[in-house]
Amino acid sequence: MGKNLKGKTAFIVAILVVFCYGFLGIPRGLTPAALKQALTDHINLGLDLKGGTHLILVVHVEEAVGDTTDRDVQRLQDDLEKAGVTGETVHKLDPAHPETITVSGIPVGKASDARSVMDGNDYVSYDVTSLPDGSEKLTMKPGAIRSLETATLEHSIETIRARLSPLGVTEPTVQKYGLGDNEVLVELPNISDPGKVEDAIKSQSKLAVYAVVSGQGPWENDQAAMTALNGIVPPDDQLLHGNATTTSPDEVFLLERASVVEGTDFRDAQPSTDQNGRPNLTFILTTEAGGRFYKYTSAHSKDSASPGSMAIVLGNRVREVAAIDSAISDRGEIIGTFTKDEVDNLSLMLRTGALPASIDTLETTTVGPSLGAASIRQGVIAAIAGMMAVLVFMLIYYRGAGINADLALFLNLVILLGFMGYTNSTLTLPGIAGVILTIGMGVDSNVLIFERIREELRAGKTAAVAVQQGFGHAWITIVDTHVTTIVSAAILFLFGTGPVQGFAVTLTFGLLANLFTAVFVSRTIFDAILASKERGAALSI
Amino acid sequence: MHGTPEESKVELFRDVNVDWLGKKWYFLGFSLIFSVAGILSMLFWHGIPRGVDFKGGTQIRVPFDSPPNEDHIRQAMEKAGVKDVTIQRISSGTGQQGNDVVISLPQSTATDQNHDAGRQAVEGALRAYYHDSGFAQPSVDIVGPTAGKQLQKQAALATGYSLIGMLIYLWFRFELIYGVAAVVAVFHDTLITVGAFSLTNQEITLTVIAAILTLIGYSMNDTIVVFDRIRENLSLSRRESLTDVVNRSINQTLSRTVISSGLTFLTVMSLYLFGGEVLHGFSFALVVGILIGTYSSIAVAAPMLVAYQDWRKSRGKISSLPAKRARA
Repeated sequence: MGKNLKGKTAFIVAILVVFCYGFLGIPRGLTPAALKQALTDHINLGLDLKGGTHLILVVHVEEAVGDTTDRDVQRLQDDLEKAGVTGETVHKLDPAHPETITVSGIPVGKASDARSVMDGNDYVSYDVTSLPDGSEKLTMKPGAIRSLETATLEHSIETIRARLSPLGVTEPTVQKYGLGDNEVLVELPNISDPGKVEDAIKSQSKLAVYAVVSGQGPWENDQAAMTALNGIVPPDDQLLHGNATTTSPDEVFLLERASVVEGTDFRDAQPSTDQNGRPNLTFILTTEAGGRFYKYTSAHSKDSASPGSMAIVLGNRVREVAAIDSAISDRGEIIGTFTKDEVDNLSLMLRTGALPASIDTLETTTVGPSLGAASIRQGVIAAIAGMMAVLVFMLIYYRGAGINADLALFLNLVILLGFMGYTNSTLTLPGIAGVILTIGMGVDSNVLIFERIREELRAGKTAAVAVQQGFGHAWITIVDTHVTTIVSAAILFLFGTGPVQGFAVTLTFGLLANLFTAVFVSRTIFDAILASKERGAALSI
Repeated sequence: MHGTPEESKVELFRDVNVDWLGKKWYFLGFSLIFSVAGILSMLFWHGIPRGVDFKGGTQIRVPFDSPPNEDHIRQAMEKAGVKDVTIQRISSGTGQQGNDVVISLPQSTATDQNHDAGRQAVEGALRAYYHDSGFAQPSVDIVGPTAGKQLQKQAALATGYSLIGMLIYLWFRFELIYGVAAVVAVFHDTLITVGAFSLTNQEITLTVIAAILTLIGYSMNDTIVVFDRIRENLSLSRRESLTDVVNRSINQTLSRTVISSGLTFLTVMSLYLFGGEVLHGFSFALVVGILIGTYSSIAVAAPMLVAYQDWRKSRGKISSLPAKRARA
């Protein structure tokens, strides 16, 4: 009949081999153990099957804007001084708008000098506007804010990755998370202690050193502080709480808002012990920060004209307040009542770079190893049971054609698994359910075709014509049903989380494979059978 | 010699000739009973039980080394001052009672700022006060308020887009009325399935939503098979009444419908029985959904088609349902 059966058969066998390779590779042997090894090498298991921790974090990128403007306030003050402008006040007036800096009280003759500093290259990310009272307002440009926030997010992602490596995790995933703004997805296979992970990532996430406003505080609570300040916190200062423990009561400090040095200024930090054996931290600052620190400490050391103290703030809580013994440039020690764990965490944090903004956890999912193994076992048993039921039924009900359907089903599975191997897709527990569902829905196509063929045979057509009619009429319906389900699966993939996406993937691949096997492969097998029979012989269906 | 040897063939539904549309009032009654029961339960009884991924909170699954004593666990929690705890024993195998216990805490224990508080409290309480046995590494689901809201939004969007996508596709392939009838059938299926969850007080999680979207697709498929046959028969015979054509189409496709649904049902039952309780909600949704989806193509979609036609006829409009040429 010129149907090129040999060619089609060769094509089908080739497909079989190609997709087998996709999920098995070239296995080292044919023993069940070797096959299992080959399988696990090629198919990614999701966290819900192999165990592990999955975290969704949110990075408060808006803090980075405030920090940057705080630093720029300081810088602007210095630059204006260098340009010979003195007597002005550079500050941030409005806490609700951290992107705005106001320069007021500019001496009249120096207005143009001041303006040329502000228009200079250092402040190119600001829009400068003059206010009616003669002061200047610098507002960070929206574009600059956005790129700062993006940079902060990316920096945070890198820092998180760096902090995870000492945990000894293989193949961690740290990436932007699509569902919300500034969210990060962290996936750590085989680590089932989310507490340890979260500690490593975000404990004490922001370190900074602030000058303590001399002569003010500390007070025992917020009310006492506000009373002493007459109800207004000066715009250049901030109130921060200390680290209240069971033995030491809470304290409230008045600190300057602009930091002296920040986490990003540390080049190295190592835990060590002081002469009394207490844990402390030795650090090295960057050169530029060292310069700043030197200037500050020498201006306020206890031998200077205005001695002061500095507060070491971790995660927005004051950890230590230290008088400045002498000028420190870029090397020094932080001594205080730290535990060894705290010093280890802190030095790790400083070494790997500080997180530029604080982080909160939105969602945690941990699958312990026992649950993961149980899920795999149950999923596989259900898949095998389901498949057996379908295979046996098809044989009983459709006899010879049942073998046809069963072969198509096997090939379907091979192609499905091969797809997953080639695209590096992740198999999740709902994904296994998707495979099971594909078996059931896939065989539907065969049923459609076979029922039609039986109808045509009942109507008196020959076997060959019946087969042709069967496939012809059923084709449109098969396409309709597959497209609707695939559209459903695509939407699930777009809007779902990891496990649900795994389901969408196996369902889609399975149905695509089914379009091929139920139509092309089944047809080829029928044609091969018909070709080997005499004209007008019966068809086993 | 044509055909196949008759003796050895297994064939159900060979020459069926049931008047399906005549039974539509029975179908309506049946559907109404289940729909109303579901709605009443959703409104006044169990509400719509939400899983931890939608309502937030902490859910910890602890695999104890030996059979756990729930009372002792509760006492341990009280001693440690952990409030609002729900403790539930689950089976970890086919029907057998395993040693796993699920301990749940409400939303307030898992704020975005202090995400881990609930889990640490529970694990600490167990380690300090529960001495019946040790336990292996627990599995944990902690969902803060932001994530919970996001997931709800995602689920709603996914469902909405799915339905719209289906409607557009059906409009494309068939006339609008076919699409509307199919979507009504699908709403009916979803309502009864969600009602079933409410009646049996099972939680609806994101995977359950995935199952519901899948069964929407499945129900649509089933309806499409019948509609395709109706369309084919309409183009072949213009003289028969619509009721007769629809009845005949259903009868012709009955064999395929029952077997195909039966097979899918078998696989889903396999999942329900052997697939473990992580997938329990998912497989329950599919079990109910496949039964109802098959039923609705015959009992809801087809009668709606005929009812719409009759309504148009009574308004004096064109009397034959257009059967667009199916694109090959």
